[in-house]
Amino acid sequence: MTIISRGFAGRRSEAEAKLPPGQYLTTDFPVLSAGPTPHISPDRWEFTIDDGSNVLKRWDWKSFRQLPTDNITVDLHCVTRWSKLGTSWQGVSLDVLLAGVKTDLLYAMFRSYGDYTTNLPLKDIVNNQAWIAFNYDGVDLEPEHGGPARLLVPHLYLWKSAKWVRGMTLMQQDKPGFWENLGYHIYGDPWKEQRYSEE
Amino acid sequence: MHDETPTARTLALAVDDWPGHVAGQHVDVRLTAADGYSAVRSYSIASAPSSDDRVEITVERLPNGEVSPYLTQQVAVGDELELRGPIGGWFIWRPGQAMPIQLVAGGSGIVPLMAMIRSHVSAGDKAQFRLLYSVREPGAVFYRDELGALSKQGDSLVVTYAYTRLTPPDWPRPAGRIDRELLANSLWPSTLQPSSYVCGPTAFVEYATDLMIANGHDRERIRTERFGATGERK
Repeated sequence: MTIISRGFAGRRSEAEAKLPPGQYLTTDFPVLSAGPTPHISPDRWEFTIDDGSNVLKRWDWKSFRQLPTDNITVDLHCVTRWSKLGTSWQGVSLDVLLAGVKTDLLYAMFRSYGDYTTNLPLKDIVNNQAWIAFNYDGVDLEPEHGGPARLLVPHLYLWKSAKWVRGMTLMQQDKPGFWENLGYHIYGDPWKEQRYSEE
Repeated sequence: MHDETPTARTLALAVDDWPGHVAGQHVDVRLTAADGYSAVRSYSIASAPSSDDRVEITVERLPNGEVSPYLTQQVAVGDELELRGPIGGWFIWRPGQAMPIQLVAGGSGIVPLMAMIRSHVSAGDKAQFRLLYSVREPGAVFYRDELGALSKQGDSLVVTYAYTRLTPPDWPRPAGRIDRELLANSLWPSTLQPSSYVCGPTAFVEYATDLMIANGHDRERIRTERFGATGERK
């Protein structure tokens, strides 16, 4: 039941018309992490892909930075309702990282320094939909925003874009990660407003 | 409803069939204009869990806010608001949890921590709480009288204020940001392995948690809830 708020007019702008339902536009870049920011130096950074038993691929910072990169401009939608449009990133596509990985497994759990996890279907991170991003707005990604590198999956709510990412574990079935276990939606499509698990 | 400060107001809401909540959770408030345009924002619940269908939120009016000016200046007693909640499973405290507990608030970050303090009191919980509450100036403090009364009742709550811009007269510490020494004096020793909750604008939370970790607190026992923008470059 919608309650009309007496005397409320709201603030509207044209850009708001292009946002997913329930979002508002911000020009800031809010940080909403659940714990202290980890500080990871590039010399100890690595990214691994495993299938739960075996490590399939591993990169250290040096080998990771030798991979081909994309420059992309994308919109960000956070489940806390802010959206930031036209953000510029540089990163390595998951298509590059997964090249040559043969698997029947359909899901991945992304793992971060600091114990954050988030789950994604593989079909949502291939075909130009996801990157491991290390540069934001022309400079090295700051720790507060997930540096040295974060996952970036712009078509889903931003909690799926795991900060301080360190690897992905391929899995047979979808399993909830950190926020998904705490009441957030298992998939998180902002255009269907899939914020919470009881949607 | 009543004003906590010139820019912040507490609203007491009677909610039909409120399922109850845990301290630290928030509600999403939706405002809808006559033409159907709506805006939704999250507000931490300030009140302790209780058996009545009543929830309090304290709203700080933001200079460029869309919802907070309405809630702090236009809402009248008797108006209806649309709420969703309670929401939140991480930044929460239940009576009976690990003790001791330390709470670090920056500005309006005090709100969910006050729910924890009130929950602690109403449950008669035995945990010992320490609160470090950092604000710009004395007029910005929420719940001052209540915090004063609670901190006088035994030692289950010890409150330290830190003023960053303007202090009360004869205040022993000059105005300025919190530092390691203040944290060491106002919070628990890290050897006691307290559970920590830090809430406020993200710049404050970053700074406070870095200091806590430098003082030896275990990062895995620190939970954070951050408000608003970074306040820095876009």
